[in-house]
Amino acid sequence: MTGKVVTVTSGKGGVGKTTATANLGAALASGGDKVVCVDADIGLRNLDVVLGLENRIVYDLVDVVEGRCRLRQALIRDKRLPELFLIPAAQTRDKSAVSPSDMVRLCDELRHEFDWILIDSPAGIERGFRNAIAPADVVMVVTNPEVSAVRDADRIIGLIEAEEKGPARLMINRIKPDMVRRGDMLSADDVLELLAVELIGLIPEDENVVMSTNRGVPVALNGKSRAGQAFRNVARRLRGEEVPFMEMSEDGNLFGRLARLFRPGGN
Amino acid sequence: MQPTVQIKGIREGLLVIVGDGDWEDVRGSLLDELDHQAGFLKGARVALDVGNHALKAVDLGALRDALSEREVSLWAVLSSSSTTERTAQALGLATRLSKPRLEHESRPLDTSVQSGEKAVLVRRTLRSGFSLQFAGHVVVIGDVNPGAEVIASGDVLVWGRLRGMVHAGAEGNEDAIVCALDLIPTQLRIAGQIAITPQRRGKSQPEMARLKDGNVVAEAWNPKK
Repeated sequence: MTGKVVTVTSGKGGVGKTTATANLGAALASGGDKVVCVDADIGLRNLDVVLGLENRIVYDLVDVVEGRCRLRQALIRDKRLPELFLIPAAQTRDKSAVSPSDMVRLCDELRHEFDWILIDSPAGIERGFRNAIAPADVVMVVTNPEVSAVRDADRIIGLIEAEEKGPARLMINRIKPDMVRRGDMLSADDVLELLAVELIGLIPEDENVVMSTNRGVPVALNGKSRAGQAFRNVARRLRGEEVPFMEMSEDGNLFGRLARLFRPGGN
Repeated sequence: MQPTVQIKGIREGLLVIVGDGDWEDVRGSLLDELDHQAGFLKGARVALDVGNHALKAVDLGALRDALSEREVSLWAVLSSSSTTERTAQALGLATRLSKPRLEHESRPLDTSVQSGEKAVLVRRTLRSGFSLQFAGHVVVIGDVNPGAEVIASGDVLVWGRLRGMVHAGAEGNEDAIVCALDLIPTQLRIAGQIAITPQRRGKSQPEMARLKDGNVVAEAWNPKK
C-alpha cells in the first residue's frame, strides 16, 4: 500500500482547516479507505476534540518523533469508523519539537499502512506550516469568501508553488448563498479569479458544523447536513471521481444570476 | 542516423542548433542542410549553437570558412563547452546573443534578477508576499495580486491584472510609466509620487499611468492615438 499524503492548510486561522481535515478523514474512512489524520498543530491541538477522541490520547506526534513510543502506540482508532485513525499533536510543546524531515519520515512509514494520510496544518507560514507541507503529495488550501482569508490563501499558494508541491487545490468554506446572491459576499468565481487554482470543494455555511464539532462527531457522517454532503463530495473528488459542484443557492439559481448581473460596481 | 540540424529565426537573425554526435558528421550534415537551403540562407547572419561539442580553433575556423564560401556569415557560437567558448572568443566571435534568449528570460520564483540587464520578463502570477525589485524595466505576463509588490527603476508593464503595489522609476525617474491590462493597484508610485486607485466606474480596460505636472494620471490606452 502506498498512501497519499494530503496536507490541509490555509494561512489564516479559523477558516476551517481542522473541520475540513476531520470531515475528509471521516468521509474517506466511511467509504472504506484506511485513513490517518495527523494533527501538526503542536501546542494548539484540537483535531482530537473535533473527532471526539480527546480522552483517548496517551502518546502524541512528538512522542513518536522523539522515540518515546512506537508509531502504532500513538495511533488512536475512531470508535465509529474502524478505518479512521488519529495521531494527535502534543499540547505541552511547540512547533520546533518537530522538523520537516521528521514529518517526511513519519509519513513514509504511514504510507505503508494507510490509503490516506491527512495532515492538519497550523495557521501561519512559519515552522509549523513547513512541517505540514514537507511530506505532502497534495496540498489543499482552505479559505473563506472573505478578502483577508483570500489574501492569505494567495500567499500560501505562492509558498506552495515555491516548494514545488504541485498545484494547490482550493476549498472554499462557509459560503453563505444568500449573502453571495445579494452581492455582500465574495462568490466562488470572485475567489477563483484571484487565486487561479483548481477548485476541489465548495462548502456552504451550516449550523450543523458547529453542533457536530461540539459533540465530536464529524458532520460528514450526518446524512442530512449540506456541509456534510459537500465534504463527502470533496472526498470523492480526492479519490478521482468526477462530482459536480453543489448548487449553492437552494431556490434555483436563475434569480441569483440575475441579482449578480445587477450587482453594483462589479468588483 | 544523421545528426540533427535545426534552424530557427531569432531577433538577431538565424540560430542554427546542431545535435550531438561525431563533429565530422555534425559538420557534414550542417553543410548539407545549408546547401539544401542555399537560396534561403544566402547572405544570412547566423548564430550557431553547438551544444557540448568541444571545438578547437582549427575546427571552428574551417567551419567559418566553409560558411563564408556559402555566403553565410557566422557571428556567434554558443556552447556549454568552455573550450569552444574560448576558441570562439579567440576567433573574434560572440559567445552569447546580445539579448538573453527567451527561455532564459522567464525566471522561476526564487531566482534573483541579475544586475546589468536592462529589463526582466516574469512569466508568472506574482502572489501575495512576493517582492520583485529590479534596476531596469519589468514586464510581467500574469497578474500581480494584492500583497505582492513590483519595484523597478524603469517602467512596469503588466500583461494581466495589476492589483498589488507597484513603484516605477523607483530611483527618481519621473518619465517612468506603469501600464496594465487592468490597472487597479493597491498603491501606485512613480518616482516620488504616490497614488491610490480610485473606485472603478465602468468596465476594466488597459491603462497607462505616468506623471503629468507632478501628479500621477492614468489614461485608457487608445490604439488609435
